[in-house]
Amino acid sequence: MRWLLVMILLVPCLAEAEEARPLADNPQAEARLKQLAVELRCLVCQNQTLADSNAPLAEDLRREVREMIAKDMSDQDIIDFLVARYGDFVLYRPPLKTTTTLLWLGPFLLLIAGASTLVLALRRRQKKLADVALSEEERNRVAQLLSDGADRP
Amino acid sequence: MNRFLLPFAIFVVVVGFLAVGLRLNPRELPSPLVGRPAPDFSLPQLHDQEKVFSSSDLKGKVWLLNFWASWCGGCKDEHPVLIHLAQSGEVPIYGMDYKDRREEALAWLREWGNPYPVIAVDESGRVGINYGVYGVPETYVIDKAGVIRYKQIGPLDADTVKGKILPLVRELQNK
Amino acid sequence: MIPEIGHFALILALCMAAVQGSLPIYGAAVGSSTLMSVAKPAARGQFLLVLLAFCCLGYAFAAKDFSVLYVASTSNSQLPLHYRLAAIWGAHEGSLLLWVFILSIWMVAVSFFSTHLPEAMRARILGVMGLVSMGFLLFMLTVSNPFERLIPAAFDGRDLNPLLQDPGMVIHPPMLYMGYVGFSVAFAFAIAALLGGTLDAAWARWSRPWTTVAWCFLTVGVAMGSGWAYYELGWGGWWFWDPVENASFMPWLAGTALIHSLAVTDKRGGFKAWSVLLAIFAFSLSLLGTFLVRSGILTSVHAFATDPKRGLFILVFLTVVIGGSLILYAWRAPRVGLGGGFSLVSREGTLLGNNVLLVAALGSVLLGTLYPLFLDALDLGKISVGPPYFDTVFVPLMTPAIFLMGIGPLLQWKQASLPELAIRLRWAFGVSVATALALPVVLGKWTPLISLGLLLALWIATTTVVNVRERVSHLVGNSLVSCLATLPRAYWGMVLAHCGIAVFIVGVTMVKGFEVEQDLRMNVGETATIGGYTFRFDGTEQYKGPNYIAARGTFRVSQDGRDVTVMYPEKRRYTAQNQTMTEAAISPGLLRDLYVSLGEPLEDGAWSVRLYHKPFIDWIWGGCLIMAAGGVLAISDRRYRLAWRRKEAEVPATTQMARQTVS
Repeated sequence: MRWLLVMILLVPCLAEAEEARPLADNPQAEARLKQLAVELRCLVCQNQTLADSNAPLAEDLRREVREMIAKDMSDQDIIDFLVARYGDFVLYRPPLKTTTTLLWLGPFLLLIAGASTLVLALRRRQKKLADVALSEEERNRVAQLLSDGADRP
Repeated sequence: MNRFLLPFAIFVVVVGFLAVGLRLNPRELPSPLVGRPAPDFSLPQLHDQEKVFSSSDLKGKVWLLNFWASWCGGCKDEHPVLIHLAQSGEVPIYGMDYKDRREEALAWLREWGNPYPVIAVDESGRVGINYGVYGVPETYVIDKAGVIRYKQIGPLDADTVKGKILPLVRELQNK
Repeated sequence: MIPEIGHFALILALCMAAVQGSLPIYGAAVGSSTLMSVAKPAARGQFLLVLLAFCCLGYAFAAKDFSVLYVASTSNSQLPLHYRLAAIWGAHEGSLLLWVFILSIWMVAVSFFSTHLPEAMRARILGVMGLVSMGFLLFMLTVSNPFERLIPAAFDGRDLNPLLQDPGMVIHPPMLYMGYVGFSVAFAFAIAALLGGTLDAAWARWSRPWTTVAWCFLTVGVAMGSGWAYYELGWGGWWFWDPVENASFMPWLAGTALIHSLAVTDKRGGFKAWSVLLAIFAFSLSLLGTFLVRSGILTSVHAFATDPKRGLFILVFLTVVIGGSLILYAWRAPRVGLGGGFSLVSREGTLLGNNVLLVAALGSVLLGTLYPLFLDALDLGKISVGPPYFDTVFVPLMTPAIFLMGIGPLLQWKQASLPELAIRLRWAFGVSVATALALPVVLGKWTPLISLGLLLALWIATTTVVNVRERVSHLVGNSLVSCLATLPRAYWGMVLAHCGIAVFIVGVTMVKGFEVEQDLRMNVGETATIGGYTFRFDGTEQYKGPNYIAARGTFRVSQDGRDVTVMYPEKRRYTAQNQTMTEAAISPGLLRDLYVSLGEPLEDGAWSVRLYHKPFIDWIWGGCLIMAAGGVLAISDRRYRLAWRRKEAEVPATTQMARQTVS
């Protein structure tokens, strides 16, 4: 009997250092919260995401989102919930609407505009520079000079 | 047009926007709820915790809903304006005590005056979230059908009350 | 007394800037050597005056003179000396003085290192810089005076924002401004060329080293800003596409495009007008950045305290400078002759393709930054444009640019052959693709983005190896080393800079792909394992700093039983304004960073803690430093060293005069 008591008392000493528990009660839900909250704007500390902000409103909103996750609402439903109350401002990923078409298509248009300008400019330049006829001897000399220069910076 | 003038033309457009931008406030968030039905709520009252105050109680009336708190500095600034407006009797102002403590709220009202016929208590802030509140004070003008017609972000001042709130309230009351 | 001296020095500097901005340019237009020779002494005089003003402000900070309003609002009696001095640029007014000071440093540098330039050109360059300086001095003296007095003097200062009380604050703004402001030299070169009508390859050759130096500084400045945010802000991020971050990144993109475009103009005389336009863009973006930060037009974590008057002044200044330059461009550029022709498949073609992509990327960043303002101004609603947008848009634009970066150096000038290129690169391509697909699997996680990132980095590395080998094979030498040594430094600079980008991409890819984060509640004695490292929390103790009180935690880190390090994250409360701040503990390493951040105290001495394992994150900033080192190497190339040493040749008096009148 006494032996059993001693063993029970010794158990804490035999135990290894405790493994820390995750801060959240439900790590999976928390991971989903993080994924959503990183793309949402905190409305008080407007330069932080909802995930990082310590403002009271941010904590309240995180609590709301956790509850919505617990209710099995989809990502889009949660986003709609927040947008209905705070507008598109709360989203860091601007939604694709008529007003934001220029935003989302802009980069692509810029690329096309730039590329076509380059090609057109080269063509225009090619036409302007007169093509001078070279004799066979001159042609050889040119080829030789060009190959010499190819490996210099 | 000379294609070399294109950079200048684009620049002029950008500067135009920047100039307009100087007058705007990038931090202010207009409410998407204007023109939509005010979210329903049923909350305990501040003075009599047994009783409940519901937004549906006020159907058929034009009223103001003012979110405030005892810890809020701007609320002190707008309070005289609210008292004055309440005294004029033109439109009732109902209070929503946002994320506050009862004793402190009561003490605050005792010190600064009480313009509200009834005050609801939103301790958790949930109703505030439904209304898209992101700071206090914020005030909503709600019409007879229960639709939000205007949101004031930040403290009310006498000019806004005279220039925006009262004309709107009168218009809604005549409908 | 001292602040008044500083104030007076600024007024004198303004007068000198006005002289410097007007007489030499006018002198260059009419060919008057006397007027043009005003430029050099004016620039040097201005430097001395601004230096004096800067030192006066520094003295006011060092001596804790709280009768100066600026000192009272950004400093404190408890603030250590080095932070008191760094507080000179801690807020709007002082940072403007830093701007002007650095501009005067660049002016004086131009006045010393431009003996090989024709006098008219030098006069115009210094003149343009003088005009810019005039604008900023006027701005300071009218609405942003750092020497304004506070009467009666404050008892104690409001303190520097705790986030800024950090070594990063001491170096990051000066580095960044050296870059930002340095582009004013490239700008001045461009305007001088447009004014003088002499736009030729020589202009590009002179402009290149100045542009490259400014670009190096800006690279380091932006990298430092990112590194500083990483270890200071406590949430482990390093780039947020915040408007002010974008404001410093856009000039960098323009500057990168510019140094590549100048290479084409220098070597082949082509695309001169485009290089000039880019030089105007780069500096315009610097000015735009200055405007965005100080006008209150965009919300940003970096924004200075705002005042509509200031915003309006900068906007008017910006309009005059940029608008004026663009009108000058529209007027003079059409007269510029064309350089040599070349095909799309050639080295010039890839360099300009790189330009197109960089400018498209720059345009996208600008679009995203200003779009919320556009919609708000048109009353179309309020949106936010954040990292999800920029990441989605930037990567697809940069990917082809990096692809081109690999093949560009391998192509010949003027005309190259694609099939031949494909043969030369088949080994590089094969190795890159195979490794990029396989490596993530080996490391434990495969996603398309990780593979893409690795592919781009490997592509740069393998094509560089091919390039070097081809170069060396053309040379005849005793050993490999001597062959390598004969290759010019400009070439090695390019190789190093491009490899720097590869290192950067590896860093970004590995961190984004493989970083691990854990949010834990830790009681004293508890452990947590992350990324193979075990962290043991040994509790917190109180610690008193010079102007704060902190709860300092102790974390013992071990790996496979061996002790690695001990980390001390802190939660500080700065006494002056009662602000709390988290000071994360970082254990940097070549292959990984360990990051510990204290959250909130819980019951019984437990704390909420955030632990990170970030593999290869230091490669991000390492890559940037390597890029900058490449730039430095390129500038130390022989031809520039010879140019500096070469003085303008002795020419008979009559010829001298003739040369000046023609310019």
